[in-house]
Amino acid sequence: MRYAGLALRLAVFALLAAFLLRPQSFAPLLQPFAANGAPAIYTQSSLLSLALSHLEIVLAASLLSTVIAVGCAIFVTRPAGAEFLPLLRSVANIGQACPPVAVLALAVPALGFGTAPTLVALFLYGLLPIFETTLTGLSNLPAAVVEAADGMGMTKTQRLWHIELPLALPLILGGIRLSVVIGIGTATIGSTVAAHTLGEVIIAGLLTNNLAFVVQGGLVVAAFAVLVFDLLVLIERRAARRAGLIQADLAFG
Amino acid sequence: MTRGYLRPAAFSRLGFVVTGLLAAALAGPLVSFHANRILPGDPRSVFACLPPALAAGLVLILAAAMAAAFFGGGWPRLAMASLGIAALGIACGVAASRLTATGGSWSRVSPGMGFWLGLFGLVVLFADAAVRIRFSPRARLSLVFLAGLCLAGFFYSGIWRDVSVVREYDARAADFWREGGIHIMLAAGSLMVACLIGIPLGIGLKFSQALRAPILNLLNVIQTIPSIALFGMLIVPLSWLAAHLPALAKAGINGVGVAPAFLALVLYSLLPVTANTLIGLRGVPAPVLDAARGMGLTSLQRLGRVELPLALPVILTGVRLVLVQNLGLATVAALIGGGGFGVFVFQGIGQGAPDLILLGALPSVILALAAAVVMDALIALTARPAP
Repeated sequence: MRYAGLALRLAVFALLAAFLLRPQSFAPLLQPFAANGAPAIYTQSSLLSLALSHLEIVLAASLLSTVIAVGCAIFVTRPAGAEFLPLLRSVANIGQACPPVAVLALAVPALGFGTAPTLVALFLYGLLPIFETTLTGLSNLPAAVVEAADGMGMTKTQRLWHIELPLALPLILGGIRLSVVIGIGTATIGSTVAAHTLGEVIIAGLLTNNLAFVVQGGLVVAAFAVLVFDLLVLIERRAARRAGLIQADLAFG
Repeated sequence: MTRGYLRPAAFSRLGFVVTGLLAAALAGPLVSFHANRILPGDPRSVFACLPPALAAGLVLILAAAMAAAFFGGGWPRLAMASLGIAALGIACGVAASRLTATGGSWSRVSPGMGFWLGLFGLVVLFADAAVRIRFSPRARLSLVFLAGLCLAGFFYSGIWRDVSVVREYDARAADFWREGGIHIMLAAGSLMVACLIGIPLGIGLKFSQALRAPILNLLNVIQTIPSIALFGMLIVPLSWLAAHLPALAKAGINGVGVAPAFLALVLYSLLPVTANTLIGLRGVPAPVLDAARGMGLTSLQRLGRVELPLALPVILTGVRLVLVQNLGLATVAALIGGGGFGVFVFQGIGQGAPDLILLGALPSVILALAAAVVMDALIALTARPAP
């Protein structure tokens, strides 16, 4: 069962890579969707460059969101920032209700067209899930572990780096996964404001009534999102296992 | 740790944040003046576009809000935040009317960076007050209702008639309400269908260990697919169906339009509803089930009278997630001709008209926020232990 899942993912990845590198060889498959002799393969920009730029935008925004959101969550779980905890939690809760597309649309009047509004929207929206899960991770640490760390004479900074963050890591990674997945979707729509992403193919298909474009764009984006999601789940599981080990060590040590 | 935070009238460092934002609001452009709806704007500060008395009044109210943010308890904060938001709204409307009177009928006045920063600062203050006061669920529901009434009051009073977004609305009022209806129908209708499928599915999965993992995995994969990709890919099977089943085509179902959007939203909604039904049912404590069994309830009676009521808060949490998510995703439906507020967003993007983008984006945000607050209150009401 596990190997079947892995094989399926590898197959999807291979197919995706093949399509991005040699799109023309898939033309006969897509030709039936292109009516009236329209081209079957999107050639306005290379699919590979679109995929790479899509990935780049999502990565850059997620990296920035992670740094800021984890920083905020650390701050409000220290005594110095505890005052802001309930407020930030409720602001994050409210912010999460804002549709990502609306955030993207609202960034356009402020920043104009292009990659900038997409980056900003992705960054802003990406903060919330990461903040929320980091907060959960940092505020639900087993009390015995934290006490043991104090008993070992760790300073507050040592405790944060060696105990709290590693233990909260699986949850933090879960938040990052959530925000990356939302980011991939929002970046796709970002092509309506002229960001260079895979959404371009779908939008071009919708505008020219060419289903071949819609199908290839949709499949590529879907495969892309599902693969990234799976990869992040894998990383998360490893981190969870490691966090479990740390916990066990301390419990027995 | 939190006790000091909740003590009223203690010095609060939030004051620095709110003061910073409100000061930036007063220093920055309250509105921006455009010679027409496409041209870039020319920023105008509070003092440049308001009559002196009104500008002074706004400064006074915002200063009081700053003071409340430093030293006030929950209620003074709430009062000053509400008063501040109202004052900012009035100031924006008056500034728009004054500038339009001199700028001619083609000119547009849109809320500027100062307005948005000020609004953000006051909303933070409001949220802080709400956290301090700890409103009951019923009070929160009334507060949302009251906020809606105030918004409608402002809107119909005509004070905003020269603000750019309202000008865009005036030009297409009938379309606005029609698309709004479609937006809500898409979000709420798909939620209802998802509940009709997802809740029984969740109940079924409780009993079938074998199907649980594959079905939840499949729904998970669907959730991961970006909205526009799913919307687009559903066009293919639906247009095929419409081409081969004339009855469907006659019912108005074809490749593009409402049908693929609705279907996609149902698919997206299935995971939270199904998974939360399952989690809620599995969370019912065993002693409770034993007691129910001991009372002689059949398994169907147990489900209806014990398990589902106890699982309700968890199921509602899934419903909340779906409703908020769908209200946002419905915006994307416009890209495949499905209608909704997204129509204005994407028209605005196409025409390079920021005001039109706002006309679509603002109601989507307001609807999603209201839905989140209302659903949270409902969840809190159902989660209360029975008296």
